[in-house]
Amino acid sequence: MTFSPPTLAALRIGLFSFIIVGLVSLVYHGTKDKIADNERRALLQSLQSVIDNRRYDNDLIHDKIQLQSSGQAHTVYRARQAGKPIAAIITSTTTQGYNGDIDLLIAINVSGTINAVRVLNHRETPGLGDAIELKKSNWLLSFNQLAIEDLEQWAVKRDGGNFDQFTGATITPRAIVNEVKNTTLFFQQYQHEIFQ
Amino acid sequence: MRSDYSKILSNGLWHNNQALVALLGLCPLLAVSNTVINSLGLGLATTLTLILSNLLVSSLRQFILPEIRLPLFVLIIAGVVTIIELIMHAWFYELYKILGIFIPLIVTNCAIIGRAEVFASKNRIMPSILDGLAMGLGFSFALIVLGGFRELLGSGTLLTQADLLFGDATKDWKINVFDDNSGILLAILPPGAFIGLGLLIALKNAFELRLKATKSATSKIYE
Repeated sequence: MTFSPPTLAALRIGLFSFIIVGLVSLVYHGTKDKIADNERRALLQSLQSVIDNRRYDNDLIHDKIQLQSSGQAHTVYRARQAGKPIAAIITSTTTQGYNGDIDLLIAINVSGTINAVRVLNHRETPGLGDAIELKKSNWLLSFNQLAIEDLEQWAVKRDGGNFDQFTGATITPRAIVNEVKNTTLFFQQYQHEIFQ
Repeated sequence: MRSDYSKILSNGLWHNNQALVALLGLCPLLAVSNTVINSLGLGLATTLTLILSNLLVSSLRQFILPEIRLPLFVLIIAGVVTIIELIMHAWFYELYKILGIFIPLIVTNCAIIGRAEVFASKNRIMPSILDGLAMGLGFSFALIVLGGFRELLGSGTLLTQADLLFGDATKDWKINVFDDNSGILLAILPPGAFIGLGLLIALKNAFELRLKATKSATSKIYE
């Protein structure tokens, strides 16, 4: 049996694909568990950056629910101590930054006070907007243990509120203050659903 | 034979440097070169890709029909890059997260398919591996010099986050040259990458001109 040249070429490409896919899947199976373990550890590490690991005793990573609010999907991790709710850790994304999305992790205690806020991802201008990173400045710590008492105060100083803006960058802190405010209000409204 | 190998080396490292002469692979080069360690990470990944793809292309060259060579090269390179990506994801997780999309994008680095086409598909295995190594090192060299230049001017440090690549013991490799606040912001922003690369190419050309000038001057004396 003989093949025409195009068929032969196609067969050869098929054979090569088969071999390459085989190699890739071998490596995939060899690294799968390690990668999953890395992802799990990285997630746990970022969750523990907003809540002290002595305050809860449940499996934080798996005790989570997905919730929708105003078009945004939040993942909510629930921290419990002996079955009693302690805090919720909510992922939140604002599109109001200076350059692209800013991903936040916000831990809110059941009392309604904010435990801590961290920025997971952002592309704000280095040197101006990146003071939202904890390694650049302490600005993020100004949210710690705050509660929403007066909505007017939850804005940057230029908008008449209580939060510092950065020299040369108002948009970035404004976006984060608003997002933290909205997420906290969302938590207050849906606290019962969250801890069901 | 020996002169062949040294020619391959000098081509890759200097005369046909993929970043500074051929101007290939500029997208990852410009995007990732903001610190020495990021540059080194991408440089190593690219070098490894070049060596493996050259090795595979060269050893399979009898089976690669000329008509379908390009799809086969792409297939081989994509496979190699995916394998490297999986390995980095498993063992260099932090660095993997920083380099992000630029690891899979190594596939689109024209230097790699270029070497497969120009060199590996026409040469035996050993010279092809050496060619991959030399081209990769030349590319990494340009990346690291550019990364060092940008990190130094932009953040006032060198070798920050060495622990991402070499483990926790190397955290104190970081050299603080001057205070962070006085860094030149331009250097870490994308325009700084373009300007830095331009300066680097100019420097290389100036150096070569001077070398040529002294060479012709000395040869005249001996004439």
